[in-house]
Amino acid sequence: MKPKAILIDTKDNVATAFQELAKGETVTVSLAGTEVTTVLTQDIPFGHKFALSAIGLHEPVVKYGETIGLATDSILAGRHVHVHNMESQKGRGDK
Amino acid sequence: MDFQGYRRKTGKVGIRNHVLVFPTIVCSSEVARMISEKVPGTVYAIHGAGCGHIGDDKEKVIRTMVGICGHGNVAGVLLVGNGCEVIQPDLITAELDKIGQRYEVVIVQEDGGTPGCIEKGTKLAQQMVEEAKRAKRESIPLSELMLGLECGGSDAFSGLTANPSLGITADKLIAEGGTAIFSETTEMLGCEHVLARRATDEQVAQDIYDAISAAEARAMSGGEDIRGTQPSPGNIKGGLSSIEEKSLGCIRKGGGTPIMQVVKYSEHPERKGLIIMDATAADVMNDTGLLASGCHLIVFTTGRGTPVGSPIAPVLKVSTNSVLYGKMKPNIDVNAGVIVDGEGTLESVGQQIFDEVVAAASGKLCRAEALGHREFDIHFDMLV
Repeated sequence: MKPKAILIDTKDNVATAFQELAKGETVTVSLAGTEVTTVLTQDIPFGHKFALSAIGLHEPVVKYGETIGLATDSILAGRHVHVHNMESQKGRGDK
Repeated sequence: MDFQGYRRKTGKVGIRNHVLVFPTIVCSSEVARMISEKVPGTVYAIHGAGCGHIGDDKEKVIRTMVGICGHGNVAGVLLVGNGCEVIQPDLITAELDKIGQRYEVVIVQEDGGTPGCIEKGTKLAQQMVEEAKRAKRESIPLSELMLGLECGGSDAFSGLTANPSLGITADKLIAEGGTAIFSETTEMLGCEHVLARRATDEQVAQDIYDAISAAEARAMSGGEDIRGTQPSPGNIKGGLSSIEEKSLGCIRKGGGTPIMQVVKYSEHPERKGLIIMDATAADVMNDTGLLASGCHLIVFTTGRGTPVGSPIAPVLKVSTNSVLYGKMKPNIDVNAGVIVDGEGTLESVGQQIFDEVVAAASGKLCRAEALGHREFDIHFDMLV
């Protein structure tokens, strides 16, 4: 069966969609014995991320086992995580 | 764990047994090719360097040529000079003498022009091929193997399938005591704080900051603000939320172990483990730098596809998606697209790449070698 999403590092609190995912879908990702199941509360486009657990305001968004930015809002599990609710620690040149 | 390789009298380890015909200048490159094509068992490496280099850049070119000519995969080298170039064969042979590498020299201006050079060079090359046949493979621990990590023609899957899988391969090799080098400094931009955290000591952390800010300044002096435009609007539409995320998708091919050292283009690391080479992201020039720095082979992840190989080393290709694999199957050694298809995982593909690396190190020809690819070029900054 084709996986809906991928978890890249067991320290990550987001997963990345391998296909277009719809609100209400249940997604399970697994890696090296770690398995996380999330019910999506928003549509997630291909290549975009969703939260595997709650991420508090100003808390790190972790992908690749590293901080890819900080949450600019409190993010519940199953929510879309992107530029609208997280921000690079290095800033963004295009805004 | 061991692989089957060659122990050279230079003290180096090799995974191939090539006799290399090497021009020290672009002017003698065709003579080098003609000699090599007359002598089965030789390879040639054509490049655009050799004249007009000054200062640090000249040092870099010499270091690169010495790294290739004295490489463990090279049993012997025939240097083909023109005669009046900046990089005189003597500059290379002085260094090869220090390590005891087998070499011969022919010079177009002194050995009877093209025909004389071909006649003399052919005999010398044949002699070195006969000598090379005496080399035998033996068991060598993986702790002596050096793997170059490269990505090119990246796509949306690169950071999700092939690069994280290759990172697992790198982690496995380093767990065996081996060495892996990744490069492409401009693609580390915005990630310096993340990489510095993984540095083994403060000096390495500082070297990481210095290398990345120098790359940014070089781009800025060329009129390009590469940080300010990242991630691009297209990246954001594709789901990348920050420059850290974009850079990590590239860097992840190095896995998750501490960064032990930052070396310059074609510089040999003094430490084992995970190494950063501060160098260009241009694929073929970068491959040359990785090999000249001592890498025995390269694993190259690609989303759009690339055929490139090397005259002296295996360059294994890993496709990021199965559509590319379907289009370029003869060029691809491992398909990481199986992760998207549900037929593999990051771990299983990481293991598969690792197994292919060990097999290639022990003599199995990779696709680029079997197809006859020998792309080669040397990076230099300027000509005067």
